[in-house]
Amino acid sequence: MLPAEIKETLLQRIAHAIHPREQAIDVMTIMQSHYGYMSDEAMEEAGGLLDMTPLELEELATFYNFIYRRPVGRYVLHICDSTVCWMNGHESLLQHLCTLLQVEMGGTSPDGLFTLLPVCCLGYCDHSPAMIINQVIYGDLTREKIDSVIHKLREQAHAS
Amino acid sequence: MSRYPQVLFQNRKLKRINTLEEYCQSGGYQALADVLREYTPQGVCAAVQEAGLRGRGGAGFPAAKKWESVPADGAFPRFLVANSDEMEPGTFKDRVLIHAEPHTIIEGIAIAAYTIQASKAFIFVRPNYEGSAAILEREIKRAEEAGYLGRRILGSDFSLEIIVHLSGGRYICGEGTALLNALMGKRPNPIKPPPYPTVKGLWDRPTVVNNIETLANVPHIIRNGPDWFKGLSLVEKSPGTKLFCVSGKVKSPGCFELPMGTPLREIIEEHAGGLLEGSEFKACLPGGASTRFLIPEQLDVRMDFDSMGEIGHRMGTGAIIVFDQKTCLVGATLNLIQFFARESCGWCTPCREGLPYLRDLLWRIENGEGKEEYIPTIRSMCKDMWNSFCALAPGAASPVESLLTYFEDEVHEHIVQRKCPFQ
Repeated sequence: MLPAEIKETLLQRIAHAIHPREQAIDVMTIMQSHYGYMSDEAMEEAGGLLDMTPLELEELATFYNFIYRRPVGRYVLHICDSTVCWMNGHESLLQHLCTLLQVEMGGTSPDGLFTLLPVCCLGYCDHSPAMIINQVIYGDLTREKIDSVIHKLREQAHAS
Repeated sequence: MSRYPQVLFQNRKLKRINTLEEYCQSGGYQALADVLREYTPQGVCAAVQEAGLRGRGGAGFPAAKKWESVPADGAFPRFLVANSDEMEPGTFKDRVLIHAEPHTIIEGIAIAAYTIQASKAFIFVRPNYEGSAAILEREIKRAEEAGYLGRRILGSDFSLEIIVHLSGGRYICGEGTALLNALMGKRPNPIKPPPYPTVKGLWDRPTVVNNIETLANVPHIIRNGPDWFKGLSLVEKSPGTKLFCVSGKVKSPGCFELPMGTPLREIIEEHAGGLLEGSEFKACLPGGASTRFLIPEQLDVRMDFDSMGEIGHRMGTGAIIVFDQKTCLVGATLNLIQFFARESCGWCTPCREGLPYLRDLLWRIENGEGKEEYIPTIRSMCKDMWNSFCALAPGAASPVESLLTYFEDEVHEHIVQRKCPFQ
């Protein structure tokens, strides 16, 4: 169940919309930031708020890159694999990340902290290679920079 | 500093936006005030038509013509959508523009909405631009407080609400009709016109979709006049400036505001600092992933819709991706087709089935399993992509087809050597 405060925010957004379903992405995004991912139960709950069947909502949830239908780690790394990042060393950085996190593309690290997913062009080609972690962009990536970012996130996770 | 007049980037600063107060000090929102006081919607249309403003999202369609296609007796409420779903690889101009001058976008939206008599506008922002969306939401609020948006703007009868919509993230959402489905909370498959969205768009009401760069030009046209706007360009048929993004193997990748018609060579060699040390220009995609490769012999072409069209190319979004002699173009094309195959919405067969097939053939060639007979198959499949429902698949075929046109030898080398010669 969603905390009353979040539910109230969602209901307000929906009430302001022309049709409830136009808020589908916002509702799923907000619910996802609370639950971590959209479980079947969360989908039912969202469908109820939006006056949509779970199947109608599923059509959207599975379509978009940033709605997660399976459990993900605390940090979700989307590493850009489009043209500019590809030519600037995406593949070797990806291998480095996989080794560092002990994870394969699409998987979650054994400590449950990191999920690694591909993503198409992030719009940061002037700072390629780039990745995004929980809505924060990291550009001009090198192995050293990746090491330091992951180290900081691990420390942050252990501190809290 | 650029030696060309800066319009959209005239107030560009390091690390912060141009605030509402600063924007107003330099004449901002004056155009909106003038429009609401002195212009009929037809008057705005005529001025923008006279200026010759063409859409900056890739197709180059005349903006005023699109506005005029909203029927005079079209139903209300009407909607305006500002498209900032820039997911075309290589393109990042909207992000830079939002971070530089959000109020020229907001003012442009207000003027365009008045012109088509829309009472609600949406700014459709791609995910990963959460920062841009936050800037827009905050600045829209400020503009409302200052009386430039909201009910009865500047004492006129015109009211407008702007809503920022953050997408869930799929390339196809940038396609105008798919974007409308996305906004309505439906699966974002494209819709085949007619009826065009300007007749039957969001919730079956007249809806205009414009790129945010297009809209950002509108206040400047009203303020300075059509002749001034035409004078910004180096060519006749594509007036104004253009935001060019340069990335890849150049020294200074970035977004530059330059006159329409600036030669491609100048953009790469001068503004983007030329190629990296040890790199030589091999090819570039001049307007994002869905345009054709350009070769060194074509570098003197002017970057505008018509000059590019004359040599059989498209300017697209003006996002120039530069490849050097050390980069394998079969590998690059495989990467591009991988992108398109993954981002296909799956609605129509040529795109859903054809792109993965093309990817498979290119994968085999790149990985030493290619055969000569694949080449004619790829060529004919590229043509078949034109049978698809929207522009995604023909766009996807563009780099593939041009790879075979300009770099067939490199493809053959892969097949003969049974490996990628660059590895």
